[in-house]
Amino acid sequence: MIEARGLTKHFGDTKAVEDLTFTIPPGRVTGFLGPNGAGKSTTMRMVLGLDRPTAGQALVQGKPYAQHSHPLRTVGALLDAKWVHPNRSARAHLQWMAASNGIARSRVDEVLRLVGLSEVAGKNAGGFSLGMSQRLGLAAALLGDPPVLLFDEPVNGLDPEGILWVRRFMQRLAAEGRTVFVSSHLLSEMAQTADHLVVIGRGRLIADLPTQQFIERASESTVRVRSPQLDTLHDVLAQQGMRVRFDAGPQGPQLVVTGVTTDTIGDLAARNGVTLFELAPQHASLEEAFMKLTGGEAEYHAQDMEQAMGGAL
Amino acid sequence: MGVLAAERIKFTSVKSPWWCSAIVVALALGFAALMGWVGKQAYADPEQTQGFPGLTPDVAISGISGFGVMVLMILAALTVTSEYRFGIIRTTFQATPQRGTVLTAKALLVGVYGGLLTAVLAFVAFYFCKMIAGADAGAALVLDSDASWRAMYGTPIYAFLCVVLAIGVGALLRQSAAAIALLLLWPLLIENLVGLFGSIGRNIQPFLPFQNASYFLGTDSGIDFHWGPWGGLAYFTLVVAVIFGAAVFVVNKRDA
Repeated sequence: MIEARGLTKHFGDTKAVEDLTFTIPPGRVTGFLGPNGAGKSTTMRMVLGLDRPTAGQALVQGKPYAQHSHPLRTVGALLDAKWVHPNRSARAHLQWMAASNGIARSRVDEVLRLVGLSEVAGKNAGGFSLGMSQRLGLAAALLGDPPVLLFDEPVNGLDPEGILWVRRFMQRLAAEGRTVFVSSHLLSEMAQTADHLVVIGRGRLIADLPTQQFIERASESTVRVRSPQLDTLHDVLAQQGMRVRFDAGPQGPQLVVTGVTTDTIGDLAARNGVTLFELAPQHASLEEAFMKLTGGEAEYHAQDMEQAMGGAL
Repeated sequence: MGVLAAERIKFTSVKSPWWCSAIVVALALGFAALMGWVGKQAYADPEQTQGFPGLTPDVAISGISGFGVMVLMILAALTVTSEYRFGIIRTTFQATPQRGTVLTAKALLVGVYGGLLTAVLAFVAFYFCKMIAGADAGAALVLDSDASWRAMYGTPIYAFLCVVLAIGVGALLRQSAAAIALLLLWPLLIENLVGLFGSIGRNIQPFLPFQNASYFLGTDSGIDFHWGPWGGLAYFTLVVAVIFGAAVFVVNKRDA
């Protein structure tokens, strides 16, 4: 379990994290979502005792990080896969970590096998591809068999195969009853990985709710209708007070109806003798949903950029 | 103990300690040979080599105390600054949130290694120099006084303290280039410049840390110290302790 209580971090005038309060329970993957620069990494560093909070505190398993006597056995973290000495072998990197927390040496080869790096364990980490570094980072996080795991943008820069592998990996860890806290700036990624979301923007908490609920709340569903009697259907739907508009679809003109289900439209069409060619629900893209919720909180606004560019855009 | 074991694995799993050790050995033996040869020439033809002070133990091992220890300081500073450069310091502090313990373990490990290396090399260099100098010139190289023994056992003590200093400076500055520049320019240049400032400089000189360390090892550089050689060592130790303490304090305060 991870708890943040009024967690705040200011760098000079910059308010990186502002009064964050949340609880991450075990047994599920919790996504930590926010645009770049929203304060996700800073929050994670405070949870790990690397950065000192300006105010508030972060607790892991009920205690501040530094009070755990062998912290790697309680919390495993992957913040940046490139944090290894380029001239040190993958095995030696894990060996010193194991030694520092009284973890058995045999566990090093075990986690290397788990992430599929046994064959290159003796090679210098500097020569690893991003995917291999990421795997080494995961091995390091799992070294102490910890009940709590933190991952900062674990799929950044990975190929589709790697992304799938990491995603399944995290879900398996959560299924084992561990606390899994994963940050990302991509909602589409989180939608497929996380059961629950903690959403922040500009260092502030925006939402703390199940992923499905977040998507439903944020997205506005529309229905696309194709019919040879578009005008008739338009009038019928409009009479019911629905928001209807004509649209030039790929297969000819179509209607786009907002805020109703396909059932309602199908019923109305049948009762009015309107032939339907196509009746399809459309979900707003996850990115659109995300922008809608965090739009005001993003660090960079298109508007600001236009101003900065002096109208050049 | 775990922290010390972790630091030992880090230290021995990269190549720089071996390269640095090889350089220290080369410097120790090279200078011993050079001093032995010069000593021999000076004995044979005193007129031509008036500048030569004569063979003493601290001259025979000057390659260690003068230059070998500097290489050890660079090595020690790098054990900290390279962790900052590659971000490993964050993993280190995740594994061991007690940051002072981490710095102390590093200082002990590299310090004891440097001490042992220079202790062995001091005797090797001493006898190597004596051998090169030959029976006549080498006769001056004897360990028969407090001062001559002090040069021998003082060198590892000096090496240990220099390593602790370098770990502290590395942790304070976090950058390899800055830390190495400071650690080299301080004894080689800055302390020697002080003597140029007339009477004020002469008043400051007895309080310069590296001059005090040299004084302990047997070279007073014509400075009028306020204490004996052991006082010099105590003074140097105090300066090292203050800088190391400041490093621990700052590293604990700072975000990693």
